[in-house]
Amino acid sequence: MMLSGWGQFPKHEATEVAPRTEEAIKERVALGKAIPRGNGRAYGDSAVSSTNTINMRHFDRMISFDETTGQLVAETGVLAADIIAAFLPRGWFLSVTPGTKFVTLGGLIAADVHGKNHHVVGGFGNFVDWIDIMGADGQVMRCDRSTNAETFAWTIGGMGLTGVILRAGIRLLRVESGWIRQTTIPTKNLEDTMDAFERSNGATYSVAWIDCLSRGARQGRSLLILGEHAGLADLDNKRAEKPFDTRSKRSLSVPFHLPSVLMNGATVRAFNSLYYWNGCRNAGESLVDWDSYFYPLDAILDWNRIYGKRGFAQFQCVLPLDASRAGMAVLLREVARAGAGSFLAVLKRLGPQDSRISFPMEGYTLALDFPVKPRTLKLMKTLDAITIDHGGRFYLAKDSRMQADTLRLSDDRIDGFTQMRSSNAYNTAFQSEQAKRLKI
Amino acid sequence: MKNKAVLVLGARSDMARAIALAFAQAGHRIQLAARNADNLSGDRDDIALRHNVDVTIHDFDVLDTPSFDGFIQALPELPHIVICAVGLMGEQEENARDMTAASRVMRSNFEGPALILSEFANRFESRGSGTLVGISSVAGDRGRATNYIYGSSKAGFTAFLSGLRNRLAKKGVHVVTVLPGFVATKMTEGMDLPEKLTAAPEEVATAVRRAVEVKRNVIYTRPIWRLVMFIIRAIPESIFKKLNI
Ligand SMILES: Cc1cc2nc3c(=O)[nH]c(=O)nc-3n(C[C@H](O)[C@H](O)[C@H](O)COP(=O)(O)OP(=O)(O)OC[C@H]3O[C@@H](n4cnc5c(N)ncnc54)[C@H](O)[C@@H]3O)c2cc1C
Ligand SMILES: NC(=O)c1ccc[n+]([C@@H]2O[C@H](COP(=O)([O-])OP(=O)(O)OC[C@H]3O[C@@H](n4cnc5c(N)ncnc54)[C@H](OP(=O)(O)O)[C@@H]3O)[C@@H](O)[C@H]2O)c1
Repeated sequence: MMLSGWGQFPKHEATEVAPRTEEAIKERVALGKAIPRGNGRAYGDSAVSSTNTINMRHFDRMISFDETTGQLVAETGVLAADIIAAFLPRGWFLSVTPGTKFVTLGGLIAADVHGKNHHVVGGFGNFVDWIDIMGADGQVMRCDRSTNAETFAWTIGGMGLTGVILRAGIRLLRVESGWIRQTTIPTKNLEDTMDAFERSNGATYSVAWIDCLSRGARQGRSLLILGEHAGLADLDNKRAEKPFDTRSKRSLSVPFHLPSVLMNGATVRAFNSLYYWNGCRNAGESLVDWDSYFYPLDAILDWNRIYGKRGFAQFQCVLPLDASRAGMAVLLREVARAGAGSFLAVLKRLGPQDSRISFPMEGYTLALDFPVKPRTLKLMKTLDAITIDHGGRFYLAKDSRMQADTLRLSDDRIDGFTQMRSSNAYNTAFQSEQAKRLKI
Repeated sequence: MKNKAVLVLGARSDMARAIALAFAQAGHRIQLAARNADNLSGDRDDIALRHNVDVTIHDFDVLDTPSFDGFIQALPELPHIVICAVGLMGEQEENARDMTAASRVMRSNFEGPALILSEFANRFESRGSGTLVGISSVAGDRGRATNYIYGSSKAGFTAFLSGLRNRLAKKGVHVVTVLPGFVATKMTEGMDLPEKLTAAPEEVATAVRRAVEVKRNVIYTRPIWRLVMFIIRAIPESIFKKLNI
């Protein structure tokens, strides 16, 4: 069967099984070159092994919840969407969430996902108390920051290359409602956008949608979107009565429905301009439900198909803070010059993070989607080089086309990771197509 | 409708688990019954945690008919809704040659499910309320060479449900017949099923809950199967017997 990630590129002829017992996982691991797969939302080949993909979908039980600490214990095939469905009505939300709720707990840990609050709280890994992981020998090990701490540290952000995470204890965040107080700030250019980010460092959530086709003096103009969990005091009486019941309000709060159109220069330009002007009209404060605030793209199921059969790729890098202004300007100029419009272009300030192998570092991260074509693949290579020139690195959960030496040039932690893998026999037991391509 | 006790027979099946979750989501108490119920404790905790409802587990073997009365007595309360998802496909090759295997399939899909639902039917009738749901199959709509042992036992079960509904219609007891086409579960794992005709267990679960809520009689999941089976039933026997389907 053909298997790929969310970007539908690259596609590999691959074997995939979905075990129902730990014993069955152990048998698969023993075969070697195994890779766990969550919900396949990583863009490329991170969760694909041509000979031995282990789908975790049957490990989707929640095990316990502690109301005092907010600790949820669950199997790793549980979806973020299910956690929200079960616990938001009781006043809890994910401490860190990506831009889609259709990811598994295993994927959240393995990619050490960053959210719109990274500049304040760091990555998802910060909220993982412990994990149970099956290693190369099929033994299950409980790991946390003091016991088996090395395995724990390399597994957070380790992209499934240190074993199969079976269960985890994670901490949820207390919230008073399902509403977000959103502030939209239109900015004029990149400089202005980054100034606005720095001024907003106290905001809980922040992210900017860049109109990446505007050039010259307007290059980098964006909608900077800030958010705070609304407290009961922020809600009118009607909403305060049922603070977690946000369902019927959804249509009010999505200001703009993404069109499912063919992706070409003209439509992308139109989309970006429309999105920008629409945002300007809605500038200022508004109350938005959690679903439209965090997961606007989830409303369009299977939107990844609108790019057509060849699929699409995402470029995501982070640049260190001191190189961000200069570096982002060069990156955006290159994208605009190539005229290869990106449908989604997201800029975000990341906070400091010190971890073994996770993607984030203090600075700015830029994420761009491109339909896969020779021209865009070439552009992404140019963007790789610019990133490396500015001391930046790349997000493996989004990568589908980088080369092994590019990765090493960008990230001096990789050699340590491969050494760690071979000294634990992880290199023969666990391997994704991505790890093969990148020689991890 | 909320806060009713719902009994799910054959609870380890993917479809049954999805059905239990769907009813728990609506606020109902859940009784899970299956063979070796002990290892359903993970499911019990999961359902209870997700939906904040009481969930209990109970040993149940549909072939052990003498145990039925004791099984029902031991439930924490007489349920308001009973859903029977028990079924056994077996291997047609084996079923065609081996009487023991065939008998097991017939008993697991027809005799056992029909008898246990009869037991509940009688109790529901005296109480004057309740809903019985039988998961049968489109395979019972017409016998085919590739699975007529399974199919004929489902046909028997479908006819049983129809008769039961007829008997209880004026007694305040409702009967729902569920006719799934293909469903992606353990039973069909590894089979190459056509995507458009194959339902996820959650889809069946939502349809079943809805059918109970609005008192539907017979549902096909996916609904397209009603048409597919209408066409298959309409093929004259003289032609049908020559087909490979
Ligand atoms: C629309 C969209 C928006 C996104 N936004 C963000 C964002 O804002 N921030 C961000 O950080 N990411 C973002 N992502 C990326 C996504 O969060 C990650 O790729 C995540 O890992 C996907 O989870 P998954 O369950 O689909 O995992 P998969 O894609 O199936 O797997 C991802 C990796 O996790 C490993 N893995 C999965 N389960 C296990 C397990 N049980 N044990 C060990 N390893 C495992 C796999 O081997 C693989 O390496 C986004 C993706 C999409 C499609
Ligand atoms: N999947 C499909 O495409 C499809 C299509 C049409 C109809 N159906 C029907 O849907 C129902 C659910 O099936 P499924 O797809 O979820 O497959 P399944 O996993 O095989 O479910 C069948 C269940 O029946 C239980 N069972 C079998 N014999 C039993 C016995 N003697 N006592 C108690 N329980 C017994 C099994 O229990 P154990 O776990 O103990 O083995 C199993 O949980 C079945 O009635 C099936 O015939 C399925």
